[in-house]
Amino acid sequence: MTTIFGIPIQAFLGQLLLGLINGSFYAMLSLGLAVIFGMLRIINFAHGAQYMLGAFVGYLLLVNLGIGYWPALILVPLAVGLFGMMVERLGLSRLYGIDPLYGLLFTFGLAQAVEGIFRYYYGVSGNPYSVPPLLAGGTNLGFMFLPNYRGWVVVASLIVCLGTWLLIEKTRLGSYLRAATENPRLVQAFGVNVPLLLTLTYGLGSALAGLAGILAAPIYQVSPLMGSDIIIVVFAVVVVGGLGSILGAIVTGYMLGLAEGLTKVFYPEASNIVIFVIMAIVLLLRPAGLFGRDA
Amino acid sequence: MAGAAPLLSVRGLNAWYGESHALHGVDIDVHRGETVTLLGRNGVGKTTTLRAIMGLIRKRTGEIAFDGQDLMRLPLHRTAYAGIGFVPEERGIFASLTVDENLNLPPVVAKGGMSTEEIFGLFPNLKERRNSQGIKLSGGEQQMLAIARMLRTGVTMLLLDEPTEGLAPVIVQHIGELLMTLKARGMTVLLVEQNFRFASRVADRFYLMEHGKVVSGFPVGELSAHMDELHDVLGV
Repeated sequence: MTTIFGIPIQAFLGQLLLGLINGSFYAMLSLGLAVIFGMLRIINFAHGAQYMLGAFVGYLLLVNLGIGYWPALILVPLAVGLFGMMVERLGLSRLYGIDPLYGLLFTFGLAQAVEGIFRYYYGVSGNPYSVPPLLAGGTNLGFMFLPNYRGWVVVASLIVCLGTWLLIEKTRLGSYLRAATENPRLVQAFGVNVPLLLTLTYGLGSALAGLAGILAAPIYQVSPLMGSDIIIVVFAVVVVGGLGSILGAIVTGYMLGLAEGLTKVFYPEASNIVIFVIMAIVLLLRPAGLFGRDA
Repeated sequence: MAGAAPLLSVRGLNAWYGESHALHGVDIDVHRGETVTLLGRNGVGKTTTLRAIMGLIRKRTGEIAFDGQDLMRLPLHRTAYAGIGFVPEERGIFASLTVDENLNLPPVVAKGGMSTEEIFGLFPNLKERRNSQGIKLSGGEQQMLAIARMLRTGVTMLLLDEPTEGLAPVIVQHIGELLMTLKARGMTVLLVEQNFRFASRVADRFYLMEHGKVVSGFPVGELSAHMDELHDVLGV
């Protein structure tokens, strides 16, 4: 049997692929966090709750209205994005210009409240959300059997990340966002409605979390705790990538997913902590993160 | 020019930085097509005056009328749409944007702005560097870009804060020629300038500021009559 570093190549590639799937979620979630932090200078602790909300909105659409996966892929980000814009207008926008700690506390409290509500009504056990028929089954890649849905998640996440990156780096709206990240007052003095831009940015970040949630629903179960389970890892990803760096969030998301997968091959006991070990090392050597600019 | 209502009229403008009272009743008129220079030592409130007119300082009282509009009532992002472009002292070039992106950043607020070709005709070196990051430009190029990006927007008046600060004489000369070109095209300019020789070449009128107030105002023709006063106040 072919081996690599003494490990059967099947197991090696299989874990790498699983890592890539986890990495897809890390990338999408840390991307949203980075977009929000870059523009609003707020660490969005509600990001996990918004991801959970995405999965639940999809689940409730299906159970109550019979609206399936594909329409949900559009409706869920819209709904979670709108929820985000409301949160920004009614709450976060009142906290600009004071200690950033308040924004962090506000989003943390919001996350607890949203999670608490869903825990009250749905308990902590997961609710199943089935894979859409079009993506049921799997494909034999030779080294492993890949469920089609997981392959789709990797592709969808790459599309979402690339699309968001293009939006920010290559469009006029994106140039407003980048400029307002540097000097919001001057951009506003030029005639750009920066308060509206902030609302839209928080909406976009929330929508990305919601989209990740509905994509995750068929893989992980739809549970009120799914957000808090993943969000700590995602924070580590954002720290490693460099707070506010869009490209850093994307690349680090996939990289750390792969690193987690590799660790499962070589030393499974460490796979749960490897991301945090990497975070600690990066913080020691490059406090601004791999892609961050030193402030 | 007498008789016609001024394009910009500032009356009794007070402004504060936090608790610090920086402007104590500034009165300024700028007529259409004029270049007016605010003179005064450091810290007398020249930059503050520009920032308060633009609305970047929100803690302000008094009256600011521009082209028949009451600027005091406009939110910051609507002031530009009244027809005013701001060129800050620190130039405000965005490091993460290319020259092209910086140039195209300010929204067009009215018809009659220059086309990109016209702007590159006035600033050939910006054309060469259009794909460079803003952070890579020299001080002179940054100043050119800071002015150039306002010319696209169709504003009728520019607030220019020390455009020649820290620049080599040849570039100062270039900016002087640029201001004359803009004046010939009918642009109205309110200029803050420490370089007195530069200001005396481009300005039609002067206001002298001391302690957050305008203490005198005169046209360029009366400059020699006011030289003693300028010596006293500016030390030039």
